[in-house]
Amino acid sequence: MSAEQSGTQPILLEQDVVRARQLARTLAQGCGMSLINLTKLVTAVSELARNAVVYGGGGHMDWQVVEKDHRKGLRLTFRDEGPGIPDIKLAMTDGWTSGGGLGLGLTGAKRLVDEFELDTAPGAGTRVTILRWA
Amino acid sequence: MERIPILQIGEFLLVTIQVDMHDQLAMTLQDDLSERISATSAKGVLIDISALDMVDSFIGRMIGTISGVSRIMDTQTVLVGMQPAVAITLVELGLTLPGVRTALNAERGMRLLNNSAAPQ
Ligand SMILES: Nc1ncnc2c1ncn2[C@@H]1O[C@H](COP(=O)(O)OP(=O)(O)O)[C@@H](O)[C@H]1O
Ligand SMILES: [Mg+2]
Repeated sequence: MSAEQSGTQPILLEQDVVRARQLARTLAQGCGMSLINLTKLVTAVSELARNAVVYGGGGHMDWQVVEKDHRKGLRLTFRDEGPGIPDIKLAMTDGWTSGGGLGLGLTGAKRLVDEFELDTAPGAGTRVTILRWA
Repeated sequence: MERIPILQIGEFLLVTIQVDMHDQLAMTLQDDLSERISATSAKGVLIDISALDMVDSFIGRMIGTISGVSRIMDTQTVLVGMQPAVAITLVELGLTLPGVRTALNAERGMRLLNNSAAPQ
């Protein structure tokens, strides 16, 4: 895999959430993604990057351009070494928040992408991988 | 500190969001607008988001709060210019912005505010 096909970006501060959105947008455009799919992906990125900053104490976004049957897509992993999520079922409930949010970040992001995987445990950090086809 | 400008045009306040807002900037706008609504006793607030290519749950919550605060202070808020892709995404995200009035563009939004501010 060539250098332009994958990479990593730190998400430590609030401003990095904006940067993560902008990188995802540029990459999605490079995949020839439709405006609607791109908007969905960037919105999911915003939610997951913010979670990594707010709840995970900062982390990283790994990105990878994927291709299958001449169709491109973008796979992104948001990972942090924060406290992890004790109750996944609860966290994946629309409207549930442990902070002051709307509780739509995880569930909403899941609806906005083609694949969504949440891997977390108390004390073991959180890792969310999403994939959106162009 | 970085701020989104709030313009006053007659009895109305106008905000045009043209930057990719980070969360603190959105919170500052929410506070600034609430303050200006009470300080000017504006009849209406028009928020133009036609330049926004994404609205996530944080910005959505800010819009809902501004609209709620303005209602309590007897002011109308109209959200104008939402891009179709943004609207579709918002619905899928699960955000329906209850109680938030919307209009297709700034002109229609102004008309809406003018009509609702007119004496009965
Ligand atoms: N990276 C993370 N690390 C720890 N907890 C998280 C993380 N992401 C989400 N959570 C937990 O899941 C809850 C739901 O997240 P989310 O759906 O984004 O809603 P919100 O951010 O509005 O609370 C959060 O309130 C938080 O308790
Ligand atoms: Mg969240």
